[in-house]
Amino acid sequence: MLLIKGGRVIDPESGRDETGSIVIADGKVKDFLPGGDAPRKFDGRVIEAGGKWVLPGLIDMHVHLRDPGYEWKEDIRSGTAAAAAGGFSSLVCMANTSPVNDHPEVTRYIREKAASQGTANVFPVAAVTRGMEGKEMTDFAELHEAGAIAFSDDGMPVRSSLVLRRALEYARAFDFLILEHAEDHELSEGGAANEGWTAHRLGIPGVPAAAEEIAIARDILLARQTEGRIHIQHISTKMGVDLLRMAKRAGLRVTGETAPHYFTLTDAAIEGYNTNAKMNPPLRGEEDRMAILEGIGDGTIDAIASDHAPHDEYTKRCEFVAASSGIIGLETALPLSMALLAGGKVSPARFVDLLSAGPARILGLKEKGSLRAGADADVTIVDPEAEWEFRESDVRSKSRNSPFFGWKMRGRAVAVLCRGRITHSLLKGVDPDA
Amino acid sequence: MEGGAEGEHPREGGVNPMEWRRKHVLGLADFSTEEMEFVVDTARSMEEVLTRDIKKVPALRGKTVINLFFESSTRTRTSFEIAGKRLSADVVNFSSAASSVSKGETLLDTAKNIDAMKPSIIVLRHPASGAAHFLSRHVSCSVINAGDGSNEHPTQGLLDLYAILKVKKKVKGLKISIIGDILHSRVVRSNLHSLGRMGANLYLCGPSTLVPKEMSRGGVTVTNDIREAVRDADVVMMLRIQLERQKTAYFPSLREYSRKYGLNTEVFSLAKKDAVIMHPGPINRGVELSDELADSSQSIILNQVETGVAIRMALLYLLAGGYGASH
Repeated sequence: MLLIKGGRVIDPESGRDETGSIVIADGKVKDFLPGGDAPRKFDGRVIEAGGKWVLPGLIDMHVHLRDPGYEWKEDIRSGTAAAAAGGFSSLVCMANTSPVNDHPEVTRYIREKAASQGTANVFPVAAVTRGMEGKEMTDFAELHEAGAIAFSDDGMPVRSSLVLRRALEYARAFDFLILEHAEDHELSEGGAANEGWTAHRLGIPGVPAAAEEIAIARDILLARQTEGRIHIQHISTKMGVDLLRMAKRAGLRVTGETAPHYFTLTDAAIEGYNTNAKMNPPLRGEEDRMAILEGIGDGTIDAIASDHAPHDEYTKRCEFVAASSGIIGLETALPLSMALLAGGKVSPARFVDLLSAGPARILGLKEKGSLRAGADADVTIVDPEAEWEFRESDVRSKSRNSPFFGWKMRGRAVAVLCRGRITHSLLKGVDPDA
Repeated sequence: MEGGAEGEHPREGGVNPMEWRRKHVLGLADFSTEEMEFVVDTARSMEEVLTRDIKKVPALRGKTVINLFFESSTRTRTSFEIAGKRLSADVVNFSSAASSVSKGETLLDTAKNIDAMKPSIIVLRHPASGAAHFLSRHVSCSVINAGDGSNEHPTQGLLDLYAILKVKKKVKGLKISIIGDILHSRVVRSNLHSLGRMGANLYLCGPSTLVPKEMSRGGVTVTNDIREAVRDADVVMMLRIQLERQKTAYFPSLREYSRKYGLNTEVFSLAKKDAVIMHPGPINRGVELSDELADSSQSIILNQVETGVAIRMALLYLLAGGYGASH
């Protein structure tokens, strides 16, 4: 038995935002006790949460764990440690491993290693096509049985509209979700930064916004055609947000996410050929950044996901065009997203929706994203006032590719529970479970 | 025997005695206009050396300059080599045409190896934008950017400035049109600073696929009409159509390009009477520039080559501490 006592419990899924205590037993949420006065005598561990936010465990629905195949960049142990430290109790890992997660054996390997070594729930995404080659569909049903919760060729999006159409149509029968990294590779080829003044000035080949927007539009139209379910990953442009808004108005089963860097930074961050500001899609202009914020504020964007993309130093310590794309994000997503609250467009409940309830809804994780009685005891306890600096030496990930070192952050996960087990704690007298 | 009768150092009469603290020349983006003028003034005194019978001074004796070229280049490399040798530096050429941007580690490893041989200056030519900036963070010697991808070619920017100053005596207020592949041109990106910030009225012209509309800012005019660009121009600078940099076609054919954006006598007649023609070379004769104009009296293309040696001598001299040592 475990009691999280006297915190501000914010659980939009059950419409709750009030002071209270959460009782946990057998890895499940047992009860909610309103008010500051929890039972004096409690037969179990007590976590004092006065002044803290008690949230359903955060879910990062876009993570690259690099395991199997690129364990020197990240593995399941280090990746889930970074997740826990960053406030996440669950993560969704992409299929671009080596071998690609296109076979149930790979899916099972990830699930089993996560269960034995991980400090977060790990939900694997399997590839849409074998080898992510965009040709033949993977065995969706069998992969699902092995533990895959969705399908994506992230990074190598399905080029052929016909193949994607078939995949969406086939997946519909099982109500499987397809996650799309929206990119027209022909338009983006050779590009290394957002096509705009900064890239032109630095002489870096550009990636036009249209490369992403054309793919988003195609994906939406195919979702309409097939009545399949599609989720647009890491939206970075204004028109991308507009297209998603339009799709939702049309009643299509389309959802979308963005990543903290797209509402925090612009392409000005690449100045000086900073390879830690190189991502795919690239950081865009200020107008795009504002549109992402608006999309978050008005509910167009359903989720914030980090697109945690660990890369070893040498693939970033080189010429900008040659550098790998992507940054680590598990340990900065929470504070960067909390900065949205200061702007007033995002309420605490909406914040929880973007990082927990929303992803659970999109992914169909019925036991996650809520603190109602009976749900999994995944809990993130946040000190909303904590001020801290993100330092390279504190990083739990194996990789160090972040543009946010030295940033002053506000808001921090002080404890995380994963099915009742304490996976992270900065609280005095509360030690993580071994 | 080294050194002329006039002594160790070139004369520096008239040189602005500003302090030179720069370690690298990576681009003109962070050069002040005073600094650019100072380099030109230094080049002017270097030119005096070039008029001597023995075109050599011992200013950089014992210093090593390495030309590290990851792209083929004859004129820039030769220009740096001659500049270094006239200052008595030991100049070593290191070419690696086989390198590609996909092998990022090659640049770093090669550079660190070369740095370990303790040169004073590395002159880098590389196909990746930002390569010189990257290199400068990982070596202990000075770095001169001799062209990095589509980013900058600062010595070209300075020699263009000097070549124009020689014939026009000023840059401010001149209409200077640059015509051709603006998108991929590192020469343009340096000239935006050397000519643009010096007060020229800059026109960038070419087919719309090769002239980013975003470049129309800070007093720069973008046009797709060569006649508008050339009309009343003081300087017309033609750029090489870099077929090697184009993966897909940016225009239908060289024939059509030449018809719409090639400079011939008819179009050039719209320019001012005393207008001059420039080209960073190598020229595609008959494509961007007609044969007769290339060889006409209004062409200062070879003057550019000449000022190039002086500008590079000036920069090598300044970076190797020659200026500080003589004061």
